[in-house]
Amino acid sequence: MITVATPFEFFTAAHLTRIGNLSAITLTELLAGLEQCSDASIFHHTFQTLGSHHFLTEGFSNDFAQWVLADANRDALAERLAALDIRDYSSIAALRADLCRLVHDFCQEHPEFAQQSALERFYFCESVEVTIPFGLSAANLDEFREGLFRLSHASFFFHFISSRLRLHLRTNDFSHWLADGLGLMTLADTVNRIDVYTNTLDSARAKLLRLVDRERRKHDPGSNGEPHSAR
Amino acid sequence: MIPVQTASRIPLDDYAAVIGAAELAELRALAKPLLGRSVEMINSTAVGGGVAEILNRLVPLAEELGLPIRWEVMTGGEDFFEVTKSFHNALHGAPYHPQERDFAIFRDYTERNLHRFPLDAEFVVVHDPQPAGLIGARPKAHNHWAWRCHIDLSHPHRAVWEFLETYVSQYDAAIFSSPEFARQLPVPQYLFYPAIDPLSEKNRDLPPEFIADVLARFQVDPLRPILTQISRFDRLKDPLGVIRAYRIVKRYFDCQLVLAGGSASDDPEGAQVLKEVRHEAVGDEDIKVLELPAWAPLEVNALQRASTIVIQKSLREGFGLTVSEALWKKKPVVASAVGGIPTQVIHRHTGLLAHSVEGTAYQIRFLMSHPEIAARLGEHGHEHVKENFLITQNLKRYLTLFLTLREAK
Repeated sequence: MITVATPFEFFTAAHLTRIGNLSAITLTELLAGLEQCSDASIFHHTFQTLGSHHFLTEGFSNDFAQWVLADANRDALAERLAALDIRDYSSIAALRADLCRLVHDFCQEHPEFAQQSALERFYFCESVEVTIPFGLSAANLDEFREGLFRLSHASFFFHFISSRLRLHLRTNDFSHWLADGLGLMTLADTVNRIDVYTNTLDSARAKLLRLVDRERRKHDPGSNGEPHSAR
Repeated sequence: MIPVQTASRIPLDDYAAVIGAAELAELRALAKPLLGRSVEMINSTAVGGGVAEILNRLVPLAEELGLPIRWEVMTGGEDFFEVTKSFHNALHGAPYHPQERDFAIFRDYTERNLHRFPLDAEFVVVHDPQPAGLIGARPKAHNHWAWRCHIDLSHPHRAVWEFLETYVSQYDAAIFSSPEFARQLPVPQYLFYPAIDPLSEKNRDLPPEFIADVLARFQVDPLRPILTQISRFDRLKDPLGVIRAYRIVKRYFDCQLVLAGGSASDDPEGAQVLKEVRHEAVGDEDIKVLELPAWAPLEVNALQRASTIVIQKSLREGFGLTVSEALWKKKPVVASAVGGIPTQVIHRHTGLLAHSVEGTAYQIRFLMSHPEIAARLGEHGHEHVKENFLITQNLKRYLTLFLTLREAK
């Protein structure tokens, strides 16, 4: 079993929603809001909303898409916005640019819909993040598995999804440590490909645990793959 | 002000069965940096109303996490509460002609309460307009003050809001239940959702025999579909609109309608609405109009659990926690897209939204034709409540707020 000098520290992140001053009742106003709002607002309505709606695996991607679908009643634009995959972004600026482009292009194609009032107003909010050590760390794959097993949803989300922005890489904390810390490049890559849109956080974690167990069996054929706490 | 002893104590560990051990561990991790730091909650009533109900649960849970927490109730005479009741209605948008005397009464009682308690906890949370003026006690910015507004301020009476704003703008943070209710303020404004307690009598699991007994008592047939709206008999809850929607559905499905709400005996308008609802229901034995006692949590729980579909066809709504209660019980919900309801009912994901009687009827028919979709919406609704609208989440938001306020100084 490989043990590393720099252990993986598990954190948890709690979020407060801060209400902003921008809102939109038409697609034109939505575009203006997307251009002007803070990075914390784009994060809130895309990354953070995926975390708080993690149990939905069909059709829900981000707040913008949901508002365009349910309130502005523009299914085609909603589908395009929903198709944006936050895993493709390592910066909020790039994500904002694509959101703006999609809304702008739709308004250009359909000027008749651009000024139409939606049923309800869209309010731009922001996420205020507080990170706290979870009190768990891992220096090898066994301890990593044990930590994963005991994580809250918010902690798992923090390391697996929102970490992409922190790292400015198209990867996550877990894959980053598996590759850089333990040298397990293939495992790191497979973990990074777990689909967070078609999985709930629970099922994504279950997949990750299965992958880790498979790796542990390679190194220790006697391992049954069960976490210590479940034995 | 009067210190309040909380009525009910449910150990924090009991919530592990509902939210999981990991989520409890997270609460403890968030509370750790706050251990021993004092909190004071202040409102205007110890019993009755949603705020008291939440504080009754929240305070003991915070205590268990190691936060010395006090709950105080502001005292006032009849004249004070008459004024604050008028303020309350005016802040909801009702017409009102405030006199200088009204503001003077508010200031006078605020002043009297200021001298009764030190108000020196590290974090002071003041709930609603009545005690908002206590910010005057703030000793030179050494502690952190947050104003928690539980009411809809989207269309407030201008003069009343301007008066209140002079106090609110002195806080470190203001908290609202919906972005729509927030105002332009010089302080950060946060979004906190109201919360239900999954272990309370209104929401905990019930034995099937008890549910059957309640249905028998109210002469509701358990073998035919039951549509239910739980709400006060209030025009803004549109009970007559619910009956009209039911009548459309009835053309296609042999169903029953239960309209159940608290006693209207002390509310003249409620009594009138109840009379109109009863009149509208005459001749249809499948419409059950139930005037429940003011406190009947187990009956409400049983009726929600027995329902095929829960309706909340409000014309205007604050947050509408009855929706979360139904979703927690995995019930498919058809509700109006007003107030805080769309936050709970994410259209096509955790329930269905409607904008009219006909739309409500259509969505009910759709769910009755597709029980598998109804079941999926109910399952998702339960998860949505678990993630966002439980008392443990409310506690987590307060802990996060305290950590944020501490960092900000």
